[in-house]
Amino acid sequence: MKPRKITLEVNGRVRSATAEPRLTLLDFLRYALNLTGTHMGCEHGVCGACTVMFDGLAVRSCLIYAVQADGHDVTTVEGLCNGDGTPGPIQEAFQDAHGLQCGYCTPGMLISAQALLQSTPDPSDDEIREALGGNLCRCTGYAQIIDAVRLAAVSFQGAGG
Amino acid sequence: MKAAPFEYFVADSIDEVTTGLADSGEEATIIAGGQTLVPLMAMRLARPALLIDVNGIGDLQGIDLLAGGVRIKACTRQSDALKSTIIGERLPLLAKALPYVGHAQTRNRGTVGGSIALGDPAAEIPLVATALDARITLVKKGNSRELSIHGFYQGPMMTSREPDECITEILFPQWQGEGRRGTGFQEVSLRHGDFAIVAAAAQISVGEDGVCARASVALGGVSGTPFRISAAEDALRGTMIDDPALRAVANAVDQAVDPQSDLHASASYRRRVAKVLVERVIREAAREAANHAAGDAP
Ligand code: FES
Ligand code: FES
Repeated sequence: MKPRKITLEVNGRVRSATAEPRLTLLDFLRYALNLTGTHMGCEHGVCGACTVMFDGLAVRSCLIYAVQADGHDVTTVEGLCNGDGTPGPIQEAFQDAHGLQCGYCTPGMLISAQALLQSTPDPSDDEIREALGGNLCRCTGYAQIIDAVRLAAVSFQGAGG
Repeated sequence: MKAAPFEYFVADSIDEVTTGLADSGEEATIIAGGQTLVPLMAMRLARPALLIDVNGIGDLQGIDLLAGGVRIKACTRQSDALKSTIIGERLPLLAKALPYVGHAQTRNRGTVGGSIALGDPAAEIPLVATALDARITLVKKGNSRELSIHGFYQGPMMTSREPDECITEILFPQWQGEGRRGTGFQEVSLRHGDFAIVAAAAQISVGEDGVCARASVALGGVSGTPFRISAAEDALRGTMIDDPALRAVANAVDQAVDPQSDLHASASYRRRVAKVLVERVIREAAREAANHAAGDAP
């Protein structure tokens, strides 16, 4: 139960902090590293608001303990921005297609969409739905989120991947 | 909802896991993907004093084609199983079921052995394992044993694994002999990715004359454990899998199931869905078998 030192790479930077074993990666990102972009919805693996990339794959950060992330590589929504902090291409696409309303689900949606586009640059609508199936949104009705991902795919390809 | 405090140990080998389990007994729990365990701990339905993390053990990961079947090491991620060509070619029934297991985000972490170990009565992997007569290897300090999936599940989330045993691998035997094979998998759930209200799986083999030589039919979600419907299998064998045979199967399903009502569905709804799904998976398997060359995998 003693806190342990955890060193991991977050959004390309090596970060270190201590955590007791029961702290989730989600709480660690938000409270130990002050990366509050990743949202907490249900805290038991249902909603997808907490989705981050873990070694390049989309996972729920409320279902991994921070101690398990020691030595791993994590990307949060903050990591999707351009270098100067302005919205990155996938975030632009969500803005342009009106893929959000309250924004609570959005960090998870963005990460799931990013993970999809990395492995499947030109996804079908079914593949988009499948990739976002684990992310709940109480506002949009999802249609514009799917539009946004489609738009992001086009802009990714325009940018040469 | 935060988990109760616990100690955390990263095991580097199966030996370290079995030693840890032997030393701490029921106080310790193995954590693999954690996609079920972590929510249970968050809700304090599970309160292990010690978590033994097996995620870093290379010997617990991998999918191999052996003479007797396909061996899946326990800590193999569900997403890796879904991508595996061995599973795609040799275990098409499992390949069909895996997309129903949670969501991409949970499959990236969740493991095949974890799902087998937990034994949720509505989970897809235990259902397929039941349909395919899987064998489970359990290792404890100084000892190991192999168990059939039949009898492994004793009730909802209850298995015959001893507290000091670690599941290391699951063998899915391949059907031997000639014959055209076909598989079917279907489920009904509230939303895609949710646990099944009812799930059905079938694998059949038919001869050149179109007569069913072997059939395996299993249901999940309608009882405390996934189970085989042997009367339905008997009703298929020796038939052309025609309408009368399927009516006999529906009767057998009706007799075999004794579903419970819960928040998600009534007993009578489950019973009706079970009959419909079994018919669908058998038709799907028969169609596939008709299109298959003899002796093809599985
Ligand atoms: S907060 Fe992690 S899935 Fe809801
Ligand atoms: S935008 Fe409000 S929950 Fe999705």
